[in-house]
Amino acid sequence: MKPISATNDFVIKFANVNGSGSASANTLFAKAIMRMGVPISPRNIFPSNIQGLPTWYEVRVTERGWLGRRGGCDMMVAMNPQTWDPDVAEIEPGGYLFYDSTRPLPASKFRDDINVIGIPLTAITNAAYSDPRQRTLFKNIIYVGALSALLEIDVPEIEKLIAEQYKGKEKLLEPNIRALHMGRDYALANLQCPLGIRVKRSDGVGKKVFVEGNSAAALGCVYGGATFAAWYPITPSSSMAEAFAKHCRKFRVDPESSKNRFAIVQAEDELASIGMVIGAAWNGARAFTCTSGPGISLMSEFIGLAYFAEIPAVIFDVQRAGPSTGMPTRTQQADVLACAYASHGDTKHVLLFPEDPKESFEMAADSFDLADRLQTPVFVLLDLDIGMNERLCDPLKWDDSRHFDRGKVRSYQDLEAGARFGRYLDIDGDGITYRTYPGTHPKRGSFFTRGTSRDRYARYTEDGKAYVDNMQRLLRKFETAKELVPKAERIDASRATRFGVIFYGSTGPAMREALADLEDASIEVDALRIRAFPFHDEVIEWVGRHEHVFVVEQNRDGQLRTLLVAEGAIDPGKLTPVLHYDGTPITARFIQGEIAQRLGAFNVTPIKKTAATGGGGE
Amino acid sequence: MTYLAKPKLHHPELPKNKLGFTRRDYEGTVSTLCAGCGHDSISSAIIQACFELDIAPHRVAKLSGIGCSSKTPTYFLGQSHGFNSVHGRMPSVLTGANVANRDLIYLGVSGDGDSASIGLGQFAHVMRRGVNMTYIVENNGVYGLTKGQFSATADRGSKSKRGALNSDESIDLVLMALQLGATYVARSFSGDKAQLVPLIKGALLHEGAAFLDVLSPCVAFNNHDGSTKSYDYVREHNEAVNSLDVITVHREITTEYPPGSIQEVKQHDGSILRLRKIEASYDASSRLSAMTYVQSRYDRGEIATGLLYFAPTPRDLHDSLNTVATPLNQLNERELCPGNAALEKFNAGLR
Repeated sequence: MKPISATNDFVIKFANVNGSGSASANTLFAKAIMRMGVPISPRNIFPSNIQGLPTWYEVRVTERGWLGRRGGCDMMVAMNPQTWDPDVAEIEPGGYLFYDSTRPLPASKFRDDINVIGIPLTAITNAAYSDPRQRTLFKNIIYVGALSALLEIDVPEIEKLIAEQYKGKEKLLEPNIRALHMGRDYALANLQCPLGIRVKRSDGVGKKVFVEGNSAAALGCVYGGATFAAWYPITPSSSMAEAFAKHCRKFRVDPESSKNRFAIVQAEDELASIGMVIGAAWNGARAFTCTSGPGISLMSEFIGLAYFAEIPAVIFDVQRAGPSTGMPTRTQQADVLACAYASHGDTKHVLLFPEDPKESFEMAADSFDLADRLQTPVFVLLDLDIGMNERLCDPLKWDDSRHFDRGKVRSYQDLEAGARFGRYLDIDGDGITYRTYPGTHPKRGSFFTRGTSRDRYARYTEDGKAYVDNMQRLLRKFETAKELVPKAERIDASRATRFGVIFYGSTGPAMREALADLEDASIEVDALRIRAFPFHDEVIEWVGRHEHVFVVEQNRDGQLRTLLVAEGAIDPGKLTPVLHYDGTPITARFIQGEIAQRLGAFNVTPIKKTAATGGGGE
Repeated sequence: MTYLAKPKLHHPELPKNKLGFTRRDYEGTVSTLCAGCGHDSISSAIIQACFELDIAPHRVAKLSGIGCSSKTPTYFLGQSHGFNSVHGRMPSVLTGANVANRDLIYLGVSGDGDSASIGLGQFAHVMRRGVNMTYIVENNGVYGLTKGQFSATADRGSKSKRGALNSDESIDLVLMALQLGATYVARSFSGDKAQLVPLIKGALLHEGAAFLDVLSPCVAFNNHDGSTKSYDYVREHNEAVNSLDVITVHREITTEYPPGSIQEVKQHDGSILRLRKIEASYDASSRLSAMTYVQSRYDRGEIATGLLYFAPTPRDLHDSLNTVATPLNQLNERELCPGNAALEKFNAGLR
C-alpha cells in the first residue's frame, strides 16, 4: 500500500488517557503548525470523566483552510492501549501509526496496509526521569518532539510556544525544551524523516485568530454591556461563565476604586440562575445565563414568565447530546425546539445560531440589543463543537460608533413630560410596549410585573378578551422580531438548480466544504444558512423556489425542519432531513455522501457526467 | 372584575410625613383576600412602617412568589414597582434585582408554602448570600389558594380543617434563617401590630438579609381548634422576648426609659434599634442564643416573638461581589464597552 503523501493536508489524531497531561502537549503541536501559517482545525473528543477514560485530540491540517472535520484519520498517535484496536482500525489505508514501542506487540495488533512508526517512549522517559508524574508529563512532550522531526514542524515555533506557556515559571521551561529535543533527536537518528505527510510553511492563516466559541461569546457579553451573569456549572457551558469572569477582571474593574463594574453569581441551580437574570433585567441591567440542555429544561418555567411578563433575558445554550443526561461531553444541535417553545402555554422565543467564534462574539453582543428591543428572552444556541474547541476565525471587530439599543424605556424626563404610559399599551403598533425601570419616577410609570394575565395597564385580570388581546400583541411582537434578527446567508450554486440545502450553527464549516466538494463533483445545490428564528419571509420564499430542500442537522428528529414546517407552513414532503447525531461534529464527507446519494434517488446526474455522456438529465 | 382600585377620596387633613405623603399614598388596591385574613394586617403594617420611615414609595421594589401571601404586594405601596414571580422562586428574582440596582429597598413577601416547601432551596441561598432585603413570610401553615393542604411549617400533630392530622415535622424558618446567616431575624404575629410595625421598620433599615416570620392565621382553612396557627392558639402561646423602637438619625431622641432595661444598637445606616427587654436573659446579639431560645420555647409549646437576632454591621452580597457604588443598571457605555482598540489587542493574543 502506497503511503499517504500530502503536504499541509492531513488529519492526525492523538489517542490519550484523560488526565495524563496530554492536552497541553497536543495543543502545542497544533499551535506550532498554525504559527507556521498553516490553517488547522482541531477537535477535542473527551469523556465525561476527570481521569482514566479515553480521550482524543484530532488536528486537521488544512492548506485550504477548511474548518470542519473532514472525517477519517491519516495518522494515529496511539498512546492509549485501551483503545488500540479501534484506533488502529480508524487509520486510512496508507496512513501512519505512531506508537510507543517499548514493549513488543504481536503482529496481529497491526495492519498490513498502514505504516508503523515505533518509538520507545516509555524507555526514553524512564531513562531520563525518575519521578512518575514527570515521566507521564514529559512523555507527551517527547512525542511532540519526535513528530516535529517526522512532520517537519519548525522547532523554534514550538520552543517559542513553550516559552510563552511557562512565562514566569522559568524552572519548567528548560526541562520541557530538553524533553522536546529528546524526542526529536531520537526520531532524526532512528526513523525515516520526514514522512509522506508533512507541514510546510505557508501564509494561509493570515490575521485569523484561534479562539473558543465560549470565550468569544463571553467577550461579546462584555462588549454588549452585560453587567450580570448568573449561572450554574454544566458542561459544555461552564467555560463561558468562567471566561466572562476572566474578561470582566481584565476590562471591567474600576481603576480608581478597584471595584467591579460587573457581578457574577454562581447560583444554587439553573432555576435560580434564570430567576436572577430575570430580576436583574427587570431592573434594567443587561444580564445573561449560560447553560446546556438540562438547564433549559429546568429554566423553562421562568422562561415562560419572562416571555409573558416581557423581560429581556439572554440565555446561552451550549448544546450537548441529549435527551436527559445523554452524552454530556458530546455535541448536538438538539435543543432547537426546546428553546423555540420553552415553557408551557403558547410561547415562541427568538433564537440565534452562531456559526463560529466570531459570530458567537457578534451574536452575543447583539443578543442584548435584541432582548432589550423586543423585551423578551433571546437564546443564543451554541454547541459543544463551537463552544469548547479552539477554532480559527476572522479577528473579532467592534464598531466604536455603535451604541447600546436599550429599547423602549420611559425615562424620568419622559414621564415628567407626560409621556403616555401603560405597561402593555401598544402605542407604536409593533407589539412592543414601553417599560420603566423600578425607581424611575415618584408618581408615574410604576407597574406590576406578573406571570398572570393582565390588562394593558398591567392590572390583573382573568377577562378573556384582555387575555386574547395580549396574546395577539405578543404575536405581533414576534412578527416585528423578524425585521430585527440576523438575515439568513444565501450561498448560490454556480448554475441554476432545483435543489437546496438548509443548515445552521456549527454545521457551517463542514457544510461549506461539502458544498465545494459537491460542486467539484458537478452537483449543484443552492444553500441557505439560517442565522435566526423567527424565520424571515425570504427563508420561506427561498424554500418555495426550490423543488426539494435538504435540511442538515445534528439531531435525530430534524428539529429545525419541524420548526420550518410548523412556522413556515411548508409541505413536509419538500424538506428532506440529513441527520448526524452520534455526538461527534458532523463532517464534510458525511454531508457530501448523504446529499449525493439522495440526489441519486431523485434521479439527478452530475453535470460533468451529463456532458461526457452527451445526454441524460435530471 | 378581579381588580379594584381604591377610591381616591382623601380626607383633607390626613397627616403627612416628611416627604409630604399621606398614609393613603402607601396603599395599594383593594384586597381580594378573605375578610379577616392575617395577611391584610401585615400589608397594613407594611404601609404604616413605610409611611413612618418617610420612604419614597417608588424607591421600594416589592417582590413575591405565588400564593395568597404573594398576592399581597398588590395591596400596598401602589407607587412601587412590583413583581409577582413564580412559585417559590422570588428570592432569585429579588437577588438579581438587587445586584442590578443596589440603591432601591427590596421587600420580598412570601408564604410558608412558597418559602418552606417549593422555595426552600432559594430561601436558604438568599439568606446565605446576605442579600440586602426585608424578607417577610406570611406564615399560616396551610395552602390557601389550593384549599387547605398542609404546608411544611404546619406543626406535627396539628389538624387540618377536614380533620387530617399532620404527621410530618414542621420546618421552622426562623431557625433556618439564623443558621443560614441572616443578620436580622424576627418573628411576630399579624394580630400584634404594635410589635409588628417596629419590626418591619427595623428590617427595612437593616442593610443586610433581614428575615421576618409573621404568623398569619388563615381564616378560611386554618383558624379552627386543632390548628397551631389559629388566632386563638397564637395569642395564647405568644411569648414576646422584647419590644422594639426604631429611631432614624434625623429624629434621634434621648432615652426616656430607665437604664438597664433598654438596649440601644446603632445600625449600619445610622438608625437606632432600641430594644426594651421583657426577659432579662435574652440577648438579641447572639445567633447561638437565639437558636437555643427559639427551640427551647418551641419545645414548651410557646412561640417566641420579637427581634430574635441582629448583627449591627452586616456584610451584604455587594460586599462579597465587590461591586462599584454606582448601580450596575446605571453604568454607561464608556464604562462598560472596552472598544475596538482593546479588541485588537485581544486578537493579537490569540495567534
